[in-house]
Amino acid sequence: MKKSFVPLAVVTALLFVIAPILIARAPYESEMLLIQKIFYFHVPSWVAMYCGLLVCAVGSIWYLFKGNRVADRYAESAAELVLLFGLNGLVSGPLWARKAWGVWWQWDAKLTSALLLWLIFVAYLLVRKYGGPGSEKLAAAVGIFGAAVSPFVYVSVNIWRTIHPKTSVVPDIVKNPAKGFAAPLLVSMLAFVLLFVLLLMVRVYLAAHQDALDELYLAHED
Amino acid sequence: MKPRHLAIAIWSIILMAAPLFAFQPPPPGQSEFVPIRELPPSEQLPAAPLLVIAYAFFLALMIFYVWTVWRRLNRVEREIHTLEQRTTRSSR
Repeated sequence: MKKSFVPLAVVTALLFVIAPILIARAPYESEMLLIQKIFYFHVPSWVAMYCGLLVCAVGSIWYLFKGNRVADRYAESAAELVLLFGLNGLVSGPLWARKAWGVWWQWDAKLTSALLLWLIFVAYLLVRKYGGPGSEKLAAAVGIFGAAVSPFVYVSVNIWRTIHPKTSVVPDIVKNPAKGFAAPLLVSMLAFVLLFVLLLMVRVYLAAHQDALDELYLAHED
Repeated sequence: MKPRHLAIAIWSIILMAAPLFAFQPPPPGQSEFVPIRELPPSEQLPAAPLLVIAYAFFLALMIFYVWTVWRRLNRVEREIHTLEQRTTRSSR
Protein backbone atom coordinates (compact mmCIF):
# COMPACT_ATOMS: atom_id res chain seq x y z
CA MET A 1 0.00 0.00 0.00
CA LYS A 2 1.10 3.58 -0.58
CA LYS A 3 3.37 5.34 1.95
CA SER A 4 0.86 8.17 2.34
CA PHE A 5 -1.70 5.79 3.92
CA VAL A 6 -0.56 6.02 7.55
CA PRO A 7 -0.17 9.85 7.74
CA LEU A 8 -3.52 10.20 5.97
CA ALA A 9 -5.15 7.79 8.42
CA VAL A 10 -3.75 9.79 11.37
CA VAL A 11 -5.07 13.09 9.95
CA THR A 12 -8.49 11.53 9.24
CA ALA A 13 -8.70 10.09 12.77
CA LEU A 14 -7.82 13.51 14.21
CA LEU A 15 -10.52 15.17 12.12
CA PHE A 16 -13.06 12.58 13.31
CA VAL A 17 -12.12 13.45 16.89
CA ILE A 18 -12.37 17.21 16.29
CA ALA A 19 -15.60 17.10 14.23
CA PRO A 20 -17.96 15.83 17.00
CA ILE A 21 -16.58 18.49 19.39
CA LEU A 22 -17.26 21.23 16.85
CA ILE A 23 -20.70 19.77 16.08
CA ALA A 24 -21.59 19.68 19.80
CA ARG A 25 -20.45 23.30 20.22
CA ALA A 26 -22.23 24.56 17.07
CA PRO A 27 -25.32 26.71 17.75
CA TYR A 28 -28.81 25.24 17.36
CA GLU A 29 -30.59 26.09 14.14
CA SER A 30 -33.62 28.22 15.11
CA GLU A 31 -36.34 26.03 13.54
CA MET A 32 -35.06 22.46 13.78
CA LEU A 33 -32.95 22.71 16.95
CA LEU A 34 -31.04 19.53 17.93
CA ILE A 35 -32.06 17.33 14.99
CA GLN A 36 -30.34 19.73 12.56
CA LYS A 37 -27.01 18.33 13.79
CA ILE A 38 -27.57 15.29 11.54
CA PHE A 39 -26.79 17.77 8.75
CA TYR A 40 -23.07 17.73 9.68
CA PHE A 41 -22.62 14.22 8.44
CA HIS A 42 -25.67 13.81 6.18
CA VAL A 43 -24.28 16.36 3.71
CA PRO A 44 -20.64 15.12 3.96
CA SER A 45 -21.91 11.59 3.22
CA TRP A 46 -23.34 12.78 -0.08
CA VAL A 47 -20.14 14.76 -0.78
CA ALA A 48 -18.11 11.56 -0.31
CA MET A 49 -20.61 9.70 -2.50
CA TYR A 50 -20.18 12.27 -5.26
CA CYS A 51 -16.38 11.86 -4.99
CA GLY A 52 -16.98 8.14 -5.56
CA LEU A 53 -19.18 8.89 -8.57
CA LEU A 54 -16.45 11.04 -10.09
CA VAL A 55 -13.73 8.42 -9.57
CA CYS A 56 -16.02 5.68 -10.89
CA ALA A 57 -16.90 7.71 -13.99
CA VAL A 58 -13.28 8.64 -14.80
CA GLY A 59 -12.09 5.07 -14.14
CA SER A 60 -14.89 3.58 -16.25
CA ILE A 61 -14.24 5.92 -19.20
CA TRP A 62 -10.51 5.20 -19.00
CA TYR A 63 -11.12 1.47 -18.88
CA LEU A 64 -13.65 1.47 -21.74
CA PHE A 65 -11.47 3.48 -24.13
CA LYS A 66 -7.96 2.47 -23.06
CA GLY A 67 -8.56 -0.96 -21.51
CA ASN A 68 -6.52 0.00 -18.44
CA ARG A 69 -6.98 -2.59 -15.64
CA VAL A 70 -5.84 -0.17 -12.90
CA ALA A 71 -8.55 2.29 -13.94
CA ASP A 72 -11.10 -0.52 -13.72
CA ARG A 73 -9.92 -1.35 -10.19
CA TYR A 74 -10.47 2.28 -9.18
CA ALA A 75 -13.92 2.33 -10.82
CA GLU A 76 -15.04 -0.88 -9.07
CA SER A 77 -13.70 0.26 -5.70
CA ALA A 78 -15.28 3.71 -6.02
CA ALA A 79 -18.65 2.15 -6.96
CA GLU A 80 -18.60 0.13 -3.73
CA LEU A 81 -17.93 3.33 -1.78
CA VAL A 82 -20.75 5.11 -3.62
CA LEU A 83 -23.00 2.40 -2.21
CA LEU A 84 -21.54 2.76 1.29
CA PHE A 85 -21.75 6.55 1.62
CA GLY A 86 -25.03 6.65 -0.30
CA LEU A 87 -26.54 4.19 2.18
CA ASN A 88 -25.45 6.43 5.05
CA GLY A 89 -27.09 9.42 3.33
CA LEU A 90 -30.27 7.45 2.66
CA VAL A 91 -30.53 6.33 6.30
CA SER A 92 -29.56 9.60 8.00
CA GLY A 93 -31.95 11.59 5.76
CA PRO A 94 -35.15 9.83 6.91
CA LEU A 95 -34.04 10.04 10.57
CA TRP A 96 -33.81 13.80 10.13
CA ALA A 97 -37.02 13.95 8.07
CA ARG A 98 -39.06 12.11 10.72
CA LYS A 99 -38.47 14.97 13.13
CA ALA A 100 -38.33 17.91 10.70
CA TRP A 101 -41.13 16.93 8.26
CA GLY A 102 -43.12 14.46 10.34
CA VAL A 103 -42.58 11.61 7.85
CA TRP A 104 -39.78 9.11 7.29
CA TRP A 105 -39.92 9.31 3.52
CA GLN A 106 -41.54 11.41 0.80
CA TRP A 107 -41.69 10.26 -2.82
CA ASP A 108 -40.60 13.62 -4.18
CA ALA A 109 -38.10 14.36 -6.94
CA LYS A 110 -34.98 14.67 -4.76
CA LEU A 111 -35.44 11.68 -2.49
CA THR A 112 -36.69 9.37 -5.23
CA SER A 113 -33.95 10.30 -7.70
CA ALA A 114 -31.28 9.85 -4.98
CA LEU A 115 -32.65 6.38 -4.24
CA LEU A 116 -32.66 5.52 -7.96
CA LEU A 117 -29.06 6.73 -8.32
CA TRP A 118 -28.06 4.48 -5.43
CA LEU A 119 -29.90 1.57 -7.06
CA ILE A 120 -27.95 2.15 -10.32
CA PHE A 121 -24.78 1.44 -8.35
CA VAL A 122 -26.35 -1.63 -6.76
CA ALA A 123 -26.92 -2.74 -10.38
CA TYR A 124 -23.26 -1.92 -11.19
CA LEU A 125 -21.97 -4.25 -8.48
CA LEU A 126 -24.51 -6.97 -9.32
CA VAL A 127 -23.39 -6.86 -12.98
CA ARG A 128 -19.76 -7.19 -11.89
CA LYS A 129 -20.46 -10.06 -9.51
CA TYR A 130 -22.87 -12.14 -11.59
CA GLY A 131 -22.37 -10.84 -15.15
CA GLY A 132 -19.78 -13.46 -16.10
CA PRO A 133 -16.82 -12.88 -18.43
CA GLY A 134 -16.73 -9.43 -20.01
CA SER A 135 -19.07 -7.95 -17.42
CA GLU A 136 -16.44 -5.31 -16.56
CA LYS A 137 -17.24 -3.39 -19.76
CA LEU A 138 -20.98 -3.57 -19.20
CA ALA A 139 -20.49 -2.43 -15.61
CA ALA A 140 -18.30 0.46 -16.81
CA ALA A 141 -21.16 1.62 -19.04
CA VAL A 142 -23.56 1.41 -16.07
CA GLY A 143 -21.07 3.45 -13.99
CA ILE A 144 -20.86 6.16 -16.66
CA PHE A 145 -24.66 6.22 -16.89
CA GLY A 146 -24.93 6.61 -13.10
CA ALA A 147 -22.42 9.44 -13.07
CA ALA A 148 -24.22 11.17 -15.97
CA VAL A 149 -27.51 11.03 -14.02
CA SER A 150 -25.99 12.39 -10.79
CA PRO A 151 -25.99 16.15 -11.68
CA PHE A 152 -29.76 15.91 -12.25
CA VAL A 153 -30.18 14.40 -8.79
CA TYR A 154 -28.16 17.27 -7.31
CA VAL A 155 -30.14 20.07 -9.01
CA SER A 156 -33.53 18.32 -8.77
CA VAL A 157 -34.36 20.41 -5.67
CA ASN A 158 -34.03 23.58 -7.72
CA ILE A 159 -36.04 22.30 -10.71
CA TRP A 160 -38.99 20.49 -9.12
CA ARG A 161 -41.16 21.34 -6.12
CA THR A 162 -39.83 19.31 -3.23
CA ILE A 163 -39.75 19.54 0.55
CA HIS A 164 -35.99 18.95 0.59
CA PRO A 165 -33.88 22.12 1.12
CA LYS A 166 -32.36 23.67 -2.00
CA THR A 167 -28.71 23.44 -3.09
CA SER A 168 -28.14 27.04 -1.91
CA VAL A 169 -28.15 25.96 1.78
CA VAL A 170 -24.53 24.76 1.89
CA PRO A 171 -23.03 27.77 -0.02
CA ASP A 172 -25.00 30.12 2.26
CA ILE A 173 -23.58 28.43 5.37
CA VAL A 174 -20.02 28.54 4.00
CA LYS A 175 -20.40 32.23 3.04
CA ASN A 176 -21.56 33.16 6.56
CA PRO A 177 -19.00 31.61 8.96
CA ALA A 178 -20.03 34.02 11.74
CA LYS A 179 -23.24 32.03 12.30
CA GLY A 180 -21.13 29.12 13.57
CA PHE A 181 -22.38 26.42 11.19
CA ALA A 182 -19.53 26.60 8.66
CA ALA A 183 -16.60 25.29 10.73
CA PRO A 184 -18.19 21.95 11.84
CA LEU A 185 -19.58 21.40 8.35
CA LEU A 186 -16.25 22.02 6.59
CA VAL A 187 -14.29 19.87 9.09
CA SER A 188 -16.84 17.05 8.69
CA MET A 189 -16.70 17.34 4.91
CA LEU A 190 -12.89 17.16 4.94
CA ALA A 191 -13.01 14.17 7.33
CA PHE A 192 -15.47 12.32 5.08
CA VAL A 193 -13.50 13.06 1.90
CA LEU A 194 -10.28 11.82 3.56
CA LEU A 195 -12.10 8.74 4.83
CA PHE A 196 -13.28 8.14 1.28
CA VAL A 197 -9.68 8.42 0.00
CA LEU A 198 -8.45 5.98 2.68
CA LEU A 199 -11.17 3.42 2.00
CA LEU A 200 -10.54 3.76 -1.73
CA MET A 201 -6.83 3.02 -1.21
CA VAL A 202 -7.66 -0.09 0.86
CA ARG A 203 -10.29 -1.30 -1.62
CA VAL A 204 -7.98 -0.77 -4.62
CA TYR A 205 -5.28 -2.74 -2.76
CA LEU A 206 -7.81 -5.58 -2.37
CA ALA A 207 -8.78 -5.37 -6.07
CA ALA A 208 -5.09 -5.58 -7.06
CA HIS A 209 -4.70 -8.73 -4.93
CA GLN A 210 -7.84 -10.24 -6.51
CA ASP A 211 -6.38 -9.58 -9.97
CA ALA A 212 -3.09 -11.18 -8.93
CA LEU A 213 -4.99 -14.23 -7.70
CA ASP A 214 -6.90 -14.52 -11.00
CA GLU A 215 -3.61 -14.38 -12.90
CA LEU A 216 -2.14 -17.08 -10.66
CA TYR A 217 -5.14 -19.31 -11.29
CA LEU A 218 -4.74 -18.82 -15.06
CA ALA A 219 -1.01 -19.57 -14.85
CA HIS A 220 -1.73 -22.64 -12.75
CA GLU A 221 -4.27 -23.95 -15.29
CA ASP A 222 -1.74 -23.49 -18.11
CA MET B 1 -94.88 15.73 -13.76
CA LYS B 2 -95.63 12.11 -13.05
CA PRO B 3 -95.49 11.02 -9.36
CA ARG B 4 -92.67 8.61 -10.23
CA HIS B 5 -90.50 11.38 -11.69
CA LEU B 6 -91.26 13.59 -8.72
CA ALA B 7 -90.16 10.83 -6.33
CA ILE B 8 -86.89 10.34 -8.26
CA ALA B 9 -86.21 14.11 -8.14
CA ILE B 10 -86.87 14.29 -4.37
CA TRP B 11 -84.66 11.24 -3.66
CA SER B 12 -81.87 12.70 -5.82
CA ILE B 13 -81.94 15.96 -3.87
CA ILE B 14 -81.94 14.11 -0.54
CA LEU B 15 -79.01 11.90 -1.62
CA MET B 16 -77.00 14.86 -2.90
CA ALA B 17 -77.67 16.80 0.28
CA ALA B 18 -76.52 13.97 2.54
CA PRO B 19 -72.76 14.65 2.13
CA LEU B 20 -73.38 18.31 2.93
CA PHE B 21 -74.95 17.38 6.25
CA ALA B 22 -72.31 14.76 6.89
CA PHE B 23 -69.46 17.24 6.37
CA GLN B 24 -67.92 18.34 9.65
CA PRO B 25 -65.76 21.45 9.85
CA PRO B 26 -62.20 20.64 10.90
CA PRO B 27 -61.36 21.31 14.55
CA PRO B 28 -59.76 24.69 15.08
CA GLY B 29 -56.01 24.78 14.43
CA GLN B 30 -55.91 21.80 12.04
CA SER B 31 -56.30 23.82 8.85
CA GLU B 32 -53.08 25.71 9.39
CA PHE B 33 -49.38 25.02 9.89
CA VAL B 34 -48.47 24.49 13.52
CA PRO B 35 -44.85 25.38 14.42
CA ILE B 36 -43.02 22.38 15.87
CA ARG B 37 -42.36 24.23 19.15
CA GLU B 38 -46.08 24.82 19.72
CA LEU B 39 -47.03 21.16 19.48
CA PRO B 40 -48.30 19.62 22.72
CA PRO B 41 -45.58 17.55 24.46
CA SER B 42 -47.49 14.31 23.72
CA GLU B 43 -47.11 14.90 19.97
CA GLN B 44 -43.46 15.99 20.02
CA LEU B 45 -40.79 13.56 18.89
CA PRO B 46 -37.56 13.56 20.88
CA ALA B 47 -34.64 14.51 18.62
CA ALA B 48 -31.81 12.96 20.65
CA PRO B 49 -32.59 9.25 19.94
CA LEU B 50 -32.84 9.94 16.19
CA LEU B 51 -29.53 11.79 16.27
CA VAL B 52 -27.84 9.01 18.25
CA ILE B 53 -29.23 6.34 15.87
CA ALA B 54 -27.90 8.29 12.87
CA TYR B 55 -24.39 8.59 14.35
CA ALA B 56 -24.37 4.98 15.58
CA PHE B 57 -25.48 3.74 12.16
CA PHE B 58 -22.61 5.57 10.47
CA LEU B 59 -20.09 4.12 12.92
CA ALA B 60 -21.50 0.59 12.60
CA LEU B 61 -21.57 0.85 8.80
CA MET B 62 -17.92 1.92 8.59
CA ILE B 63 -16.76 -0.78 11.02
CA PHE B 64 -18.75 -3.40 9.09
CA TYR B 65 -17.29 -2.27 5.75
CA VAL B 66 -13.68 -2.28 7.01
CA TRP B 67 -14.30 -5.75 8.49
CA THR B 68 -15.63 -7.09 5.14
CA VAL B 69 -12.62 -5.67 3.26
CA TRP B 70 -10.22 -7.15 5.85
CA ARG B 71 -11.96 -10.55 5.57
CA ARG B 72 -11.86 -10.53 1.77
CA LEU B 73 -8.20 -9.47 1.78
CA ASN B 74 -7.29 -12.28 4.19
CA ARG B 75 -9.07 -14.86 2.04
CA VAL B 76 -7.37 -13.66 -1.17
CA GLU B 77 -3.93 -13.62 0.48
CA ARG B 78 -4.49 -17.13 1.82
CA GLU B 79 -5.48 -18.39 -1.64
CA ILE B 80 -2.46 -16.68 -3.25
CA HIS B 81 -0.18 -18.32 -0.67
CA THR B 82 -1.75 -21.77 -1.28
CA LEU B 83 -1.47 -21.42 -5.06
CA GLU B 84 2.16 -20.27 -4.85
CA GLN B 85 3.02 -23.24 -2.64
CA ARG B 86 1.29 -25.62 -5.07
CA THR B 87 3.15 -24.07 -8.04
CA THR B 88 6.51 -24.40 -6.22
CA ARG B 89 5.80 -28.06 -5.36
CA SER B 90 4.78 -28.96 -8.93
CA SER B 91 7.87 -27.25 -10.43
CA ARG B 92 10.23 -29.40 -8.29
